[in-house]
Amino acid sequence: MSDLTTLTAVELQAALAAGETTSVEVTRAHLDRIAAEDGALGAYLHVDGDAALARAAEVDASGTAGTGLAGIPVALKDVFVTEGVPTTSGSRILEGWRPPYSATVATRLRDAGTVMLGKTNMDEFAMGSSTENSAYTATRNPWDRDRIPGGSSGGSSTAVAGHLAPLALGTDTGGSIRQPAALTGLVGHKPTYGSVSRYGLIAFSSSLDQAGPMARTVLDAALLHEAIGGHDPRDSTSIDAPVPAVVEAARRGAGGDLAGLRVGVVRELGGEGAREGYEQGVLDRFAGAVALLEAAGAEVREVSCPSFGLALPAYYLIAPSEASSNLARFEGMRFGIRVGDDGGRDVDEVMALTREQGFGPEVKRRIILGTYALSAGYYDAYYGQAQKVRTLIGRDFSTAFDGGASGGVDVLVSPTSPTVAWPIGARVHDPLAMYAADLCTLPASLAGVPAISVPCGLSEGLPVGLQVMAPALADDRCYRVAAAVEAALGAPLTDRLLERAA
Amino acid sequence: MTETLVEFDEVLTRYEPVIGLETHVELGTESKMFCGCSTTFGAEPNTQTCPVCLGLPGSLPVANAAAVESTIRIGLALGCRIAPWSRFARKNYFYPDIPKGFQTSQYDEPLCVDGHLDVEVDGETYRVEIERVHLEEDTGKNLHVGGATGRIHGADHSLVDFNRAGIPLVEIVTRPVAGAGAKAPEVARAYVTELREIVQALGASDVRMEQGSLRCDVNTSLAPAGSGTWGTRTETKNVNSLRSVERAVRFEMRRQAAVLDAGGRIVQETRHFHEDTGSTSSGRSKEEATDYRYFPEPDLVPLAPDAEWIEKLAAALPELPAARRARLREEWGLSATEMAWLVNAGALGLVEETVAAGATPADARKWWLGELARRANDAGVELSALAVTPRQVAELTALVAEGTVNDQLARQALDGVLAGEGDPRAVVEARGLAVLGESDELVSAVDAAIAGAPDVVAKVQGGKVQALGALVGAVMKATRGKADAATVRRMLEERVLGS
Repeated sequence: MSDLTTLTAVELQAALAAGETTSVEVTRAHLDRIAAEDGALGAYLHVDGDAALARAAEVDASGTAGTGLAGIPVALKDVFVTEGVPTTSGSRILEGWRPPYSATVATRLRDAGTVMLGKTNMDEFAMGSSTENSAYTATRNPWDRDRIPGGSSGGSSTAVAGHLAPLALGTDTGGSIRQPAALTGLVGHKPTYGSVSRYGLIAFSSSLDQAGPMARTVLDAALLHEAIGGHDPRDSTSIDAPVPAVVEAARRGAGGDLAGLRVGVVRELGGEGAREGYEQGVLDRFAGAVALLEAAGAEVREVSCPSFGLALPAYYLIAPSEASSNLARFEGMRFGIRVGDDGGRDVDEVMALTREQGFGPEVKRRIILGTYALSAGYYDAYYGQAQKVRTLIGRDFSTAFDGGASGGVDVLVSPTSPTVAWPIGARVHDPLAMYAADLCTLPASLAGVPAISVPCGLSEGLPVGLQVMAPALADDRCYRVAAAVEAALGAPLTDRLLERAA
Repeated sequence: MTETLVEFDEVLTRYEPVIGLETHVELGTESKMFCGCSTTFGAEPNTQTCPVCLGLPGSLPVANAAAVESTIRIGLALGCRIAPWSRFARKNYFYPDIPKGFQTSQYDEPLCVDGHLDVEVDGETYRVEIERVHLEEDTGKNLHVGGATGRIHGADHSLVDFNRAGIPLVEIVTRPVAGAGAKAPEVARAYVTELREIVQALGASDVRMEQGSLRCDVNTSLAPAGSGTWGTRTETKNVNSLRSVERAVRFEMRRQAAVLDAGGRIVQETRHFHEDTGSTSSGRSKEEATDYRYFPEPDLVPLAPDAEWIEKLAAALPELPAARRARLREEWGLSATEMAWLVNAGALGLVEETVAAGATPADARKWWLGELARRANDAGVELSALAVTPRQVAELTALVAEGTVNDQLARQALDGVLAGEGDPRAVVEARGLAVLGESDELVSAVDAAIAGAPDVVAKVQGGKVQALGALVGAVMKATRGKADAATVRRMLEERVLGS
């Protein structure tokens, strides 16, 4: 049997079902690799090997390993609350906190028989595109360890791309699943807003946050998506609808036939007249992917979404506004660290000191930005205006999908990220350059529609992602198209990473 | 510090008061506003909490449907329009008793708007317009330890109990009430009284001011009489009894008049009411108040109550206090003043139940406003807290009506009931309180009285009929009050006057 860490979740499922291996073996293989590699990669913030092995043994003993995801290890971004297991959201302010409850998605994964390997690194409170804003450690891109792995789910992307986990959960607020997936050669999907529970997901921006899968193949991502999706009565914004048939769509798409599928290429995202900030290599790989779609029978046309250009400023008003309120609860009174409680200071001083020392600079920047945007006298000009832009972006999507005279398209495509992974430190002193990394992913976030990133080749030896966006609750279309691209390109991109390492 | 105050009557010679009330009612739902925790009052601190009402990272709210329904019913009872679409909003501020760093409330899109409540003071009706009725969550409770007063000032540390955090709270906000003049304090009190009765009639809350399930903030301002302008208002917080509502307005009117008389300026601020002295003192100034940065709560979906459902709720509203009072006045033939007495004594419901148990309205009123009110007053408790039920009172009136006991014996029977000896009839039997008929016992007592006072008999027979009273008294004494005085008098007359 080859190294268990090279197998996809689907391959592990088959091996477990055939009795060729056990969950304990699979888990141990990943723990060994974590022990060997993670010192350099920095994917994980917390690993409890004993607990993972005990859980794996439990699953083995239950005889369910190999059915669904039972027995397969997963990594969780540290933004998910896990009972009794340290949860920091990448922030100093939550250091040492062991939550008394678990996120719905964590519970669902446990109930499905998965084995949690550990909690992965992230930009503090999911604010960032490089994982450099983590209060704890830098995470390196397995493709080039001097480069960032994307963010904010950079710990999860490095874990899966570096074969330190077959599957990982991330969260996406403005691109935090799709962009790191693109930059590390993975498949990452942001589900329709409301289709995966947010209960127990430490909130950054409530109206945008969505949990989703990260994997090395489209089918693996679909399996993880199915395990976490579906209505949750604990989340009022959760949609009471069946999970789209994403696994079936991934299998169907792998057949490579997209005949009759109407694909719209978004002009405003790297098209004619909108190429500033896009690397040529990315545009080339994107053009190649579009050609693949056409070759598979898709009907491709260019579509204009004029409001997409406003997504960046709108996002950077809405998300910080909600964050400024969501992060108010971190004041040292009930959980996490408390600074300055020496008996001589009053509660306001202790709260202020705790927040001053507990939050990093990017988090403070966004809290200040959001507080300002919501202030009396500025609300209409900033938050209110941004909400109107959001409506317009939603309208652009409906127009594109519903068509009108010219007929609509089934999916929209664009590059996932304007650039490949950049060197660590290159943008830390330039927040606007960092924010520009989300250019392509923000429209789908603001409209709440599903979007997937699938590898579409290398540029200068680094992965490039294709983004496929679909109407709300049509997540299956994302998987179908992604699977067709994947099939056309051959083996998963990350296999080449292994070959190179060998 | 003693404030300079202007005599109340003098205030009215120069100023017009305008009042406004914000009333918070804790709903009597089983569970909290946004989680499943219990709302029972008085539990051990922090035992009725969960990740949601503690504001733990990752937790999310789910709106309590029963609380939404109660709020709509309150709105309907106040004649409000129910918004077909409304939203929760976050009110952001830091304080240790709000776990999330914001209170989930409603801002510019409340559930109910534009209602009114008519209240009566001294036969005059005042219309109080309701601006809005909205739904929010309560805060936790701070306990300041180590100081002399229990207030934060002087305490060495504070504890927070989150049992109350997240209990559904309805806020009812009036428009400014002008034109009440000298009656402004009483109108304020009458409004809160009436509101409390409505909420009680709806069964939406136990509305206990002393437990804080009904809390009142009272706004008061003065404008120069006849100026047609409005003055700067103060907001007196947490006025926790009906009497205090009236006192708070009265005090603020007198204080503000003194400030204005001296050429001063009223500061727009919140003030604290002091139950012991009936005075208010300055709290935080609104001019340096927090910007709450309200915005729509993204974790909750908008409330869009179905029109049909609202109609159903409206149709199912119980009889409201004003209608009930009008009906009972009519049925019992009372004057407005008589009705007001009943209401003010807190006896309306008790009388109604007593009548329902068979007493005449007149008898029921006589007992509850007379003997029972006296007993309650002596014991320093509310009428309703007496250990006697309306049914037992009705039984007492029946015993009197059928002649089994007279009023005096009935009062002794009541003693027994209050002492827990059982129902009136059982007490009468056990204590042997029944009025004596023309029994052998009574005949011999009458004969003994006549034989024992020949001088009195002679007087009576000599024409001084009023002297008979002494003989009646002697018989009553001998029978320890169990005889019926009229019967005794008749028997004596037969024997002494031979008629």
